[in-house]
Amino acid sequence: MVFNKTMEYKDYYKILGLERDASQDEIKRAYRKLARKYHPDVSAETGAEDRFKEVSEAYEVLKDPEKRAAYDQLGSGWQSGQEFRPPPDWDQGFEFHGGGFTEADPEAFSDFFESLFGRGGFSPGFGGGFRREFRARGENTYARIAIDLEDSYRGATRQITLKHSELGPDGRPQLRERTLNVKIPKGVTEGQQIRLAGQGEPGFGGGDTGDLYLEIHFNPHSFYSVEGKTVYLDLPVTPWEAALGAKVRVPTPEGAVNLTVPANSATGGKLRLRGRGIPAAEPGDFYVVLKVVPPPADTESEREAYRRFGDAFDFNPRSGMGG
Amino acid sequence: MKTQLAEEISGALLDECYELTLSELCRACELPAEEVLALVEEGVIEPLGQGRTQWRFSGICVRRVRRVRNLKRDLGVNLPGAALAIELLEEIEHLQAQLRRFEEQL
Repeated sequence: MVFNKTMEYKDYYKILGLERDASQDEIKRAYRKLARKYHPDVSAETGAEDRFKEVSEAYEVLKDPEKRAAYDQLGSGWQSGQEFRPPPDWDQGFEFHGGGFTEADPEAFSDFFESLFGRGGFSPGFGGGFRREFRARGENTYARIAIDLEDSYRGATRQITLKHSELGPDGRPQLRERTLNVKIPKGVTEGQQIRLAGQGEPGFGGGDTGDLYLEIHFNPHSFYSVEGKTVYLDLPVTPWEAALGAKVRVPTPEGAVNLTVPANSATGGKLRLRGRGIPAAEPGDFYVVLKVVPPPADTESEREAYRRFGDAFDFNPRSGMGG
Repeated sequence: MKTQLAEEISGALLDECYELTLSELCRACELPAEEVLALVEEGVIEPLGQGRTQWRFSGICVRRVRRVRNLKRDLGVNLPGAALAIELLEEIEHLQAQLRRFEEQL
């Protein structure tokens, strides 16, 4: 255990939204509810993963009556985030079965947790992750990466920084940072994964290194939107372009193209540019969705133009509403 | 904290066209074959090809299998529950993408 460093106190009850006298059933219910809400495979909210780790860590301690009693012994006088140093004899009289070993991923837990309950049987390729049996091959690791839509059209190289634990020369785990320049292949879509062979956790006893899986997400774009391989652009047009037809310049992620707006188009009308969506093995389509934008009538001559416009038509868009 | 020098690497894109054998899928998702077979039985993933030795799974199965695995492990749901959850989650992702598009039109 590492007692000689300071860290922030964590209020595990507060994290689960519980009073300190909560029953074990209440603790389980609160955890299950929050775990469902913040699970990184469920929630797309930013920060969900950190919240999930925090909730898991709190549950890891409070679900176990031994660990809970030890934690409670620290007293309730602490504030979340307060600088914390465990009393030197704090865990005397407590015995943690399995040396405080946790079933959850101990590498995901905070320094605060580690100082109280240890990392438990830390060794490479053993103990971390979801299976505890011995395995020679290193674990696969996962990370998310956000790219721009244009990166998928052209392919790109993105720099990512990964943190991972390694055993140092003194036998203690130490945090290492690794920067990779990863090629983003052309044609990736939201949620797809790239497998980087041999970039996961190191193996044990001469075993292979695990793989790194990178999950692709797109940064929101100011005018394109993406669904799978299909890319949409909302294109504003004037009422006369929509009514009379027009040739317009339209941006696409591959560069601007000329597009013919057919006569008598309306808002919501879709024009398809086949194969100009995401250039996957089977490329997606690009849709231009028309949006008719009437100009404001600010001057007298503009208002006069609208009046003449109205006089020329026998048109009531509300006729179907009994108006 | 030590920082290693950056190296440029490229990987395999696990898209619809990428094919994995049963054992490759097991390794990718760190699951024993029986659990992957249970996912096939449940209809969560569909292999192509006749017989287990000939089976090929599409690259997009990796994410599905991994999500089901995580939900089972972390939320205490059983396989049919996790299978239902990811179908609903994928539906929500699809609807959210549509919603973003319609919101942009306003």
